Amino acid sequence: MTTGVKTAAAANPPAVPPTASSAPAPRRNWRSALRAWSPLLVLLVFAVLPYSTVSVPGVFDGPLNGPGTLQLLAICLVFGGLAAGYDLLFGRTGMLSFGHALYFAAGVYGTDILVTKAGLPLWQAALLTLVGGTILAGLLGAIALRTAGIAFAMVTLAFAQVGAILVARDFGGLTGGEEGLSLDVSGLPAMLVGVGNTVNLYWLALAYLALVVFVVHRVAGSPTGRVLAGLRDDERRIGVLGLDPYRFKLLAFTLAGGLATAGGSIYCLLVGGASPHVTSSELTLSLLVMVVLGGPGTRWGPVLGGMLYMYLDHRLTAFGTSSAVDSLPGVLSGPLSQPLFVLGTVFILAVYFFPGGLASLSTRLTPLRPLLRSLLRPTHPTRRPPAGG
Amino acid sequence: MSEVVPILAVAELSVRIAGLHILQGVSFTVAPSGVTVLLGRNGVGKTTTLRAILGLTPRGGEVRGTVRMGDRSLAGEPTHRLVRDGLGYVPEDRCVFAGLTVTENLRLAERRGGSPAYDRVFELFPELKRRGRQRAGSLSGGQQQMLAIGRVLLNDNRLLLVDEPTKGLAPKVVTEVAEVLERVAVAVPVLLVEQNLAVVRRLASDAVVLAAGRVAWSGAADELLREAELTRSLLGVGVAGESHVPLSTPAPGSAALSSPTDGSVPVSSSSDAEVAGR
Amino acid sequence: MSTIVLLTLTGLGLAALYFLVASGLSLVFGLADVLNFAHGLFLSVGAYATWWAAGNLPGAGPSGFGFVLAVAFGVAAGAVVGMAVELVMIRPLYSRTIEQVLVTVGLSLAGVALLQATWGADPRPFPRPDWTQRVTSVLGAKVPNSGILLILAAALVLAALLGFLRYTRYGLVIRAGVENREMVTALGIDVRKAFTLVFAIGGAAAALAGALGGVYFGSVSPSQGGSLLIFAFIVVVIGGMGSVVGSAYAAVAVGLLQQFVNYYGTSGAGDICVVALLAIVLLLRPQGIAGRAATT
Repeated sequence: MTTGVKTAAAANPPAVPPTASSAPAPRRNWRSALRAWSPLLVLLVFAVLPYSTVSVPGVFDGPLNGPGTLQLLAICLVFGGLAAGYDLLFGRTGMLSFGHALYFAAGVYGTDILVTKAGLPLWQAALLTLVGGTILAGLLGAIALRTAGIAFAMVTLAFAQVGAILVARDFGGLTGGEEGLSLDVSGLPAMLVGVGNTVNLYWLALAYLALVVFVVHRVAGSPTGRVLAGLRDDERRIGVLGLDPYRFKLLAFTLAGGLATAGGSIYCLLVGGASPHVTSSELTLSLLVMVVLGGPGTRWGPVLGGMLYMYLDHRLTAFGTSSAVDSLPGVLSGPLSQPLFVLGTVFILAVYFFPGGLASLSTRLTPLRPLLRSLLRPTHPTRRPPAGG
Repeated sequence: MSEVVPILAVAELSVRIAGLHILQGVSFTVAPSGVTVLLGRNGVGKTTTLRAILGLTPRGGEVRGTVRMGDRSLAGEPTHRLVRDGLGYVPEDRCVFAGLTVTENLRLAERRGGSPAYDRVFELFPELKRRGRQRAGSLSGGQQQMLAIGRVLLNDNRLLLVDEPTKGLAPKVVTEVAEVLERVAVAVPVLLVEQNLAVVRRLASDAVVLAAGRVAWSGAADELLREAELTRSLLGVGVAGESHVPLSTPAPGSAALSSPTDGSVPVSSSSDAEVAGR
Repeated sequence: MSTIVLLTLTGLGLAALYFLVASGLSLVFGLADVLNFAHGLFLSVGAYATWWAAGNLPGAGPSGFGFVLAVAFGVAAGAVVGMAVELVMIRPLYSRTIEQVLVTVGLSLAGVALLQATWGADPRPFPRPDWTQRVTSVLGAKVPNSGILLILAAALVLAALLGFLRYTRYGLVIRAGVENREMVTALGIDVRKAFTLVFAIGGAAAALAGALGGVYFGSVSPSQGGSLLIFAFIVVVIGGMGSVVGSAYAAVAVGLLQQFVNYYGTSGAGDICVVALLAIVLLLRPQGIAGRAATT
């Protein structure tokens, strides 16, 4: 998201040839102002996006405000938020949870069951689910956090597996088992139902993403956030300060679980029901991939990673069956038609070559900037690049 | 410290672990014979120094400076190669393999291509031969220390790094360990970390004192120990009546291990604040 | 009575499968600190390689000696893949534990997708000798031969592993490395060679599980490895990471518990009991049953 804006900002100055000495200071102010406001700006762009009828061939099928495109974008937004919430655990506290799918699935199935089976109004169902999911995260976190490191990862994985089993075995006929459970829309507010109202769901998803980013940002900037960062870097030091690591980790775990539950509720509305794949450990692994691809512990990296991952996951399926890939020899076309093969490979390469993820790209390019600038400025021989001076 | 060519030369060694500057430019040399003792208060970085020489700094740690053995630079070499080339290491807290038998512990230390000198080890520590089938974890602290020293002596070394060999041991065992090290040092130079000043007095020919991550003093050991005031200011201990561990002079060759009930203090985990990752 | 015998033996068959996967997983984790999510892939590689060999490899086939050859090919493929994963992917990230986990996660995703792309997502019928499809009467219970085969194979692997760990130089290095890896290098031993070796052993054992599991289930599919892996993880944690014997005990406990509860309770309740067992063991003994030692 910000990368686009940043490159625009970086590209602008040479277009306005500045006078030799007075230029840098005002430009920096302007840039830092842009940086501060850019999140709102991007939010605004995304908010008005559904009013655009522009078609981007190859990127989306149909115009931007078509229901298909809006739904895909909305799913991307939800997963952007989900990844940002997961990063509160992985990137900001250093907790490797392999069971985050459980809380997302709790949101999806909780909302679905309460609306479809219990016949509750949506807002009650969503609220109950949120409370339930948060409590669940708190309880299971309280047990799992008795362990640490790899054992913690295993325990969370096992707990999530119980969720997957419960859903798959369809205890009490609540979940629909392998078939999933489609959402009974008759009791829902009219503005959230039907293909024509996809745009409302899109805005809901956008609001969710904004909320998660805001919450995570506020937590990370608070004293609690600094303790969490300390836990990530060296837990012993936090213990030495007389703070109880357990309580802080449990807080982060519960908060992230609650945020995932909320995302699940919205996802349930968005896709009109629940299917067992949201309980799978693969979903948690995908979250991990999203965060690492985007850049763990950064503000926008996980969001970007989550959105990009979901976009690719959906689009690569189409790409895999496209004629371009089909015409390739079988050795290539087979693997390329599997989104997970492409994403898994990209992920592995990212671990080796871009340890900081997408978010680190801009800083990695920083050493090149003076070079770029000098290349762009052959017409102003009087201004020397700042490097070396 | 002396005009002879040192066996080991450490120059401007800096170690940073988890953002903490443990060592900040440590330089010293180790004489080609005798015992050079590394002194300093708890947490000053003595163990970190030995580990950095061996390339055992934990991940995330940052090491700068040079370490040379003879005319060879050790920096960046993998630990196992340094050890094979004759850098023997007796770690703090013994670190014998508790689940392995004494014999297995020794067998593990055999180096490929070398002929393990079991005679030498069993002559120094006959107890190790008798207890061959016992699990190392069930040995007393003193016996574990003997095993830790013994497994290094299976091979010929050019230099031994010995970290607090008397820590947590009963006075009688401390004497025995000191006796063994004295005999060992006749053949191989030793860089010794030791807190027990009586042991230092007995063994050390040269001394290096660390304080606040730097070398605060270096020179002949007896010079340091003679100056009570100097010792106190550098180490924070008194020398005159310091002998909290009386060192009796044992009869030569009495380095046999004491009985299993030698009343030694159980091996304690590192109380140093020094970071020693696994 | 015959029901109990049958449940016990099928439970042990399941335990054998878990043990074959978990023993390698446990050694890899105990020695190299690598939580190997790609271990399920080794299993799938073994299953598919056996399946492929039975159809295509000269001399190999679905019965008699041909089948043995096919399984041997599968096991060798698992060992080679395990070794390659260690050398190419894990070693460059030496001692960077989290990155190693991430890489194996990526590998498990990509590997399963690759199998799917090559042979499709649907289960394929697995070649199996006729005698494995029959039953043997044990104390009045009709026990499938494929289950007995699994139990025997697992017992053999357990004995071979223990012998290897106890009586060979590399076994000694591995046992010591599980206890304290750093000290092994400080004795002048290149412990990374042992890493490659445990990956190869783990890959081979998992591949054997894949081949014999294929016989047991009668089919092979790309996702089989992943679903077994979670229970193998649970077995490893309960047994104590790094302990082969602990894995064996834990595998038996998990297999029997799962089989009996699933039979006498609702289907699926056994799986949940297993997770409950994991939670209890971890709360009482965070280091698992056996603690950190390869052969206790």
